[in-house]
Formats: sequence, C-alpha cells, structure tokens
Amino acid sequence: MTQNNNAEILKVEGLKAYYQMNYFGVEREVRAVDDITVTMRKNEVYGIAGESSSGKTSFIKVLAAAIRPPLRVVAGTAKYNFASGPIDVAHATPEEIEAVRWKHLSYIMQGSMSVLNPVRRIGKTFQDFAQRPLGLKGAEFESRVVNHLARLNLSPDVLRAYPHELSGGMRQRVTIGLATVCHPEFIIADEPTTALDVVVQKEVLSLIRDIQKEMGASVVFVTHDMSVHANVADRVGIIYAGRLVEEGPTRDMFFAPKHPYTAHLVASLPRIGDRQQRPALEGRPPNLADPPQGCRFHPRCPLAVDKCRKEVPPLETIGPDHRTACWRWKDVEPLVNVSAPSGEMA
Amino acid sequence: MTTLLDVRDVSKRFTMGGLFGRRVVDAVVDASFSLSAESPEIFTIIGESGSGKTTLARMILGLEDPTSGEILFRGKKVDRHAGRAERLDFMRHVQPVFQNPFEAFNPLKQIERYLESTARRFLDTGDKAVIDRAMDEALQKVGLSLKEVRGRFPHEMSGGQLQRCAIARALIPNPPLLIADEPVSMVDASLRMSIVNLLKSLRDDLKVSVIYITHDLATAYYISNRLIIMQRGRIVEMGDARTVLEHPEHPYSRLLKASVLSTDDAGAGKLGTDPAMLDQANDSVGRAGELVQRPDGRHVRVYA
Repeated sequence: MTQNNNAEILKVEGLKAYYQMNYFGVEREVRAVDDITVTMRKNEVYGIAGESSSGKTSFIKVLAAAIRPPLRVVAGTAKYNFASGPIDVAHATPEEIEAVRWKHLSYIMQGSMSVLNPVRRIGKTFQDFAQRPLGLKGAEFESRVVNHLARLNLSPDVLRAYPHELSGGMRQRVTIGLATVCHPEFIIADEPTTALDVVVQKEVLSLIRDIQKEMGASVVFVTHDMSVHANVADRVGIIYAGRLVEEGPTRDMFFAPKHPYTAHLVASLPRIGDRQQRPALEGRPPNLADPPQGCRFHPRCPLAVDKCRKEVPPLETIGPDHRTACWRWKDVEPLVNVSAPSGEMA
Repeated sequence: MTTLLDVRDVSKRFTMGGLFGRRVVDAVVDASFSLSAESPEIFTIIGESGSGKTTLARMILGLEDPTSGEILFRGKKVDRHAGRAERLDFMRHVQPVFQNPFEAFNPLKQIERYLESTARRFLDTGDKAVIDRAMDEALQKVGLSLKEVRGRFPHEMSGGQLQRCAIARALIPNPPLLIADEPVSMVDASLRMSIVNLLKSLRDDLKVSVIYITHDLATAYYISNRLIIMQRGRIVEMGDARTVLEHPEHPYSRLLKASVLSTDDAGAGKLGTDPAMLDQANDSVGRAGELVQRPDGRHVRVYA
C-alpha cells in the first residue's frame, strides 16, 4: 500500500481561476484563485485552511473538475497522475472528466442533508452514483455496497431508509460511503464535519482517516477549523485572498508557523486548562475584485513594513516541505505560549 | 442577594404526531439555576444538538411556554401571553443574539435600518438625533461606529463584523441580560475570537450578564464563570467552569471533553474515542438520577 510514498498524484502549477462577469456592460473580475502552485502526494492527507471568501472553494472547484462559468481557468494547469493515465482537469474535455469521476476522483460534500435526495431511498442514491463507474449490476452491485457500508459501521438497512430517517452522523457516513465505494485514488473533502456535534465529528474524522489509510488514497481536506487539521492532516496549506501563503508539515505549522496569518489562526484556538488572553485578528478579508497591492495580508498584519505594501512576497522554501510567502518570516513568533511537546521538530 | 433570573424546575415536553402514532419528546427536564443581579457573569449552557439548550433559551426569552415550572426575571414571571406593554418592558431587559448573522439581517435592507427600528421602539421616540446617538453608542460598545456602518448592506461586511452589529442591536436598550445562542459557530475561525473577547468585555466593562449557549467546550472554558452541561434535556453537571471542565465527573461530560480536538499533539494523527466511554455516556440517557452537590461546589447527576 505504501509503495513509493513520495509519488505525486496532483501537481498544480501557476493556477489562476477568475470569475469573469459582464452585467449591463460592466465588466467585473474576481480573482478567486491567483497563482497557486502546489503538489500533493499519494497516500497523504493535505489540509487546506482559509476563511470564507478566501478562494478555497473556488480552488477546490478546479481540483474537482467542476469549472463552470462564470468561473474560468485563466492560466496554469492542475495535472493528476492517475493509474488510468495523466489528466489535466483544468483543460480536460467533459468526456475525459467523466471517465475519471468517482472512479479516480471523488468528492465528500458539505451538508449531507442537501447532498442526499430527500425523496429517494439511500439505496437508489447509491445506484445513481456508483452503478455506472463500477459497472456492476443487480446482486453483485448490492453485495459490494453492503460490504462497503459494513466497513463504515452502517447496517444494510440504511439502503431502504430515506435521508431524514437517519441521524446527522449516519448521513455523513453515507456520503463518505458514496464517495469511497468506487475506491478512488483522490478524495476531496469539503468541510465534511462542520455541521456535526463534537462527539460525532471525532468519529467521522477518524473514519475518514481509517478509510484513507486502508485504500491508500490521497485526501484534500478543506476546513477553516484549525483543530481539525491538527488531528487529520499530514501537511497543511493556508490560503489567504486567493493565494497560498504558507504550507508545511502539520507539526511545524502549529508549533513554528512562519507566516503571521498562520500564527494568528493557531493562536486564536482556546484550550481547556489555559486562560491566556487570546488575540483576535481585526479587519476583514480583502475583496477579491480589488485586492490590496503587495502582500495581500498587509492591512491586517502586525509586522507589515513598507516593502509589504509594494511587493508581492514569493513563496520561499524555508525548510523541508515548508514554504511561506512573507518578507519577514524570520520575525514571526508563535503568538501565545504553545508548549511544543517533546520530540524532534523540523 | 437579589436574583436577576431564576429558573425553577422548568420542563418542556413536545408532542408530535396526531391521532396515530403520538410521540412525546422531553426537550428539557427539571432545569433549575439562577443568576445573581449583583455580579454579572457569563453563564454557559453546553450540549449537543437535541440536548434542549435552545429550547431552554427560548423559554427564558419567553418565546415558548414551559410545560411545568416557572421562570422569574427580577421576581416577575416570564409570560408569553402578557400584555404588549409588559412584554416590551421585558424585551428591554432581555435581548437575544442569534446564531447566523447573515440570516438575522434582511439582505435587502441597510444594516442601520435594523438598529434604527430597535432604537425607535425601545427609546419610544421619533427624534432622529436621539436615535442616531443611541445607535452610535451601541456600536461603539462593540468596536464599530455608526459612520462605518451607515449605508452598508449585510453582504458588504464580514461575518464577524455583522455578528458584532447584531450584538450592538441587542445592546441598544441597555439590557442587563443577553442570551447568545451559538453566536460564534457560523463565524470564521479567525474572527471567532473577536466575538468571544467582545462577550468577555461586555461582562467586565458594561456589567452585562450573558447566557452563552454553545457546543464548543474550549471557548466555554475561556470565557465562562459557571456552566451547565445538558444531555437529552437533563442537566448532568453544573458548577464553576474551571472546576467542571478541568475534571469533569459525569460520564457524558468526560466524553465531551475527550472529544474536543486538541492541538497539543498536532500532526500525530491521534483520533478515535474510547468505546467504553461512549457506552458509559449513553448508559445515562433517559435515566432520571438526581443532582447531588459535591464538596467542591459542583452538582453532578448520579444514578442509583
């Protein structure tokens, strides 16, 4: 399963995806994804963090090959390296995308209530999703699905149930089942646990992790909740205003962040047993139709200097797997006392 | 000691279904607690969905009648069917803040219109200057100003700013008690702390008591003085926030604490809940038991 741990499954290069609108003769361009370069490896969980309107959902749309107007890929590529052959989803034809969808590239969606058709039994929904990519029929298909559900601790009875008859946690497990029944190589999970209670959230997260390990798949995990990333992701990338501002191994990101925005995200997590005053980040995320000059974080950044207002910092490699886009990354300190546990740190 | 709010043995039972297949749900069972008028505090209600925390809040706000028991605000019974003047007087003292600020504001109206109608009603005046001053004062308290907000629509502000406007609206009549129902769960992580710190400063600087409803144990620990933990309508543990969250005693409280995702071993990938803990917690669902006081002041539900 762990053959060649470092093989790349996805390579995104210089990706720019803009929303281009033309209403009543007024042209408007929203640069939701602005020059993102990132690679993802086989058999790893890559966490993407960022606040609403940071462009993370637009980025995911491109990765999931769900590019629909007004969203357009302006430049760059997003190349997958699947067992069935390489594909650049940013420029692929609908037929090519159809061939990899669910079988190789799959998607766990947010809000399980709106994903599942409320007037169709779960079993029917499974047929709609998976029958074609799997190419199985009747009893054979049924037994495959039942086996897969058993893996998710769901009894075969749920196939006869309607979505409203299941609890929130069960519904979310069903959507995970839908996304993984074809054993895809690459799974995109977009805020899969936001609507869940703490106890159920933990169950669902460990389930996603187990399934990922078992199938040797890669998972892109999107959420703005840093404590989820701490427990699930192998590497974390932070998106701010359409750009990747920092990425690194989870441990480094939490105990030695090298971008002021990451430092803030980590510091704003309160912990039980610790009553230190937590700093709050003031201001609001920039409007992507008219982003600030230079580093896009500078209006909210406590370390900003003149250079930050004028020049865009490049994404520099500063350690093994660790990249940051900040002119003053050497001055970035963790904002509150995060006691790093014993053990080596990069 | 005079009490601000006194909740006495309150229960709420919902009946569902009609002639066939009648079902009853006990949303809240025998909840009692009280807030003192002298020392403002942040009183937290923790529970999962279906634990009855929102029903309890709705009863305190007088939006729902308790099936049994009573709720007294400054010695007067909270009554949904009171006359208009009495109701308005109550609303002047107890104000809500809701979960999703994007739903609380009308997207087609400017934000100040919402504040304005509240000011007009509670100050009982049509004088523009007085209303403007009240609005500005309330916005100042949450770190905004009327100048910033005037003329803007909800979509032009971030979730955190909008939630602060919602809190400013609630502060216009200078209420001694705010009921905040999950005020941070729809707000982005980076802005969440600004709301939590705001609630803290309301208590410390403006002497406003806050009933903070949440399922997030970490922020509860961070700001609250006292808390109750609810499981399926029953209070299972009650007491000082630090004492309870540092060493929870009831199996359900222990399960909740264990389920909080910690960042202490970030990257180690430790997940998974002890199944014995889950069983123990589920074991207590629906059992009456009784609340007993412990030497350290907390109350815990024990089962015979």
